Amino acid sequence: MGRDGGVSCLMRAEMNMMSVGGMESAPAPSDLDEVHVLAVDDSLVDRIVIERLLRINSCKVTAVDSGWRALEFLGLDNDKASAQLDRLKVDLIITDYCMPGMTGYELLKKIKESSNFREVPVVIMSSENVLTRIDRCLEEGAQDFLLKPVKLADVKRLRSHLATKDDVKLSNGNKRKLPQDSDPVTITPPLTISTESSPPLTISHDSSDSSSSSSPVEMFSSSPIDDDEDDDVLTSSPEESPIRRQKMRSPGLD
Amino acid sequence: MDALISQLQRQFRDYTISLYQQDFLDDQFTELKKLQDDGSPDFVAEVLSLFFEDCVKLISNMARALDQTTGAVDFSTVGASVHQLKGSSSSVGAKRVKALCVSFKDFCEAQNFEGCVRCLQQVDIEYKTLKTKLQDLFNLEKQIIQAGGIVPQVDIN
Repeated sequence: MGRDGGVSCLMRAEMNMMSVGGMESAPAPSDLDEVHVLAVDDSLVDRIVIERLLRINSCKVTAVDSGWRALEFLGLDNDKASAQLDRLKVDLIITDYCMPGMTGYELLKKIKESSNFREVPVVIMSSENVLTRIDRCLEEGAQDFLLKPVKLADVKRLRSHLATKDDVKLSNGNKRKLPQDSDPVTITPPLTISTESSPPLTISHDSSDSSSSSSPVEMFSSSPIDDDEDDDVLTSSPEESPIRRQKMRSPGLD
Repeated sequence: MDALISQLQRQFRDYTISLYQQDFLDDQFTELKKLQDDGSPDFVAEVLSLFFEDCVKLISNMARALDQTTGAVDFSTVGASVHQLKGSSSSVGAKRVKALCVSFKDFCEAQNFEGCVRCLQQVDIEYKTLKTKLQDLFNLEKQIIQAGGIVPQVDIN
């Protein structure tokens, strides 16, 4: 039984790989129990990889190649509210920072400005470990910042913050929103999905989530930050938090 | 058949290790392998295919931007393509290509024409070399499977 391996599967790869500049359709209402991620990256290679990373972690993925397409998908590209809103469910938006046209940062701002999607966690990916960039994104409300190349462990960690709807569903099938914790240390609460079935999408605190690593954002806020540099590349230093250390895989090379 | 399978597996293991030792590949390639399974058995080959297509396109863009016959060289255009290539090479674990892109980017920023041209030539050679080597690696995999064996997991460290 021969296998079609090798590098010569260009056409097949293009046919198999979805979302070349376009969009997949949104998941049907019956798929609402699954985590749906909107991935935004102008690089095809990166889109394919992030899509696979997310799928392997049981997420449904819609991958688009620009901030504009992301806004279009979310129905935020014009001023009137999208009529599709009651069908659209996005649990996480993960976007590249450096993109032509609209940067990930600009996309983040637009999402946070929208009443319908401001509660959706937004994760920024970047190949550059630039402190001021990270801070700016976190200040604008980004949930997390991933250094590229993104690894399986990174996505696993993200995924673990997104509880599935099944985890918080009540036995009678009703869905309810969990109360928010008010932890003064965190900038944003750990990611969980609201169990409400109707929009707007809200993120609420899962009080049963007792993971000790909690939100990566916490790590950033608690470590001393010297933001005098103007977009300097970060070099590793011993007293960094585990998360920051994790991010600094190749100092000086970027 | 077992002797053949063992021999092929050994070849595969040795070849894989050599690719890492010679910096053709880095641990991001290992990460991609983790994403491959029975449901997506050709994932790595497919992603690398797309990467090599990217190389062709971007190198062509760079060459065009570095063409002095059309006027002054726009180093920011070259730099933009280099940045993209650096990103995708990083995402697939193409270590040498990525390292070249780092130097290339520096030359762009310094607006060093000769440096850029040199890097362009090197990047062209490097991606083609990697493509050939990976073709050999994937062929070994194919041979193992055709002989009825299993492609071994290679522990790089």
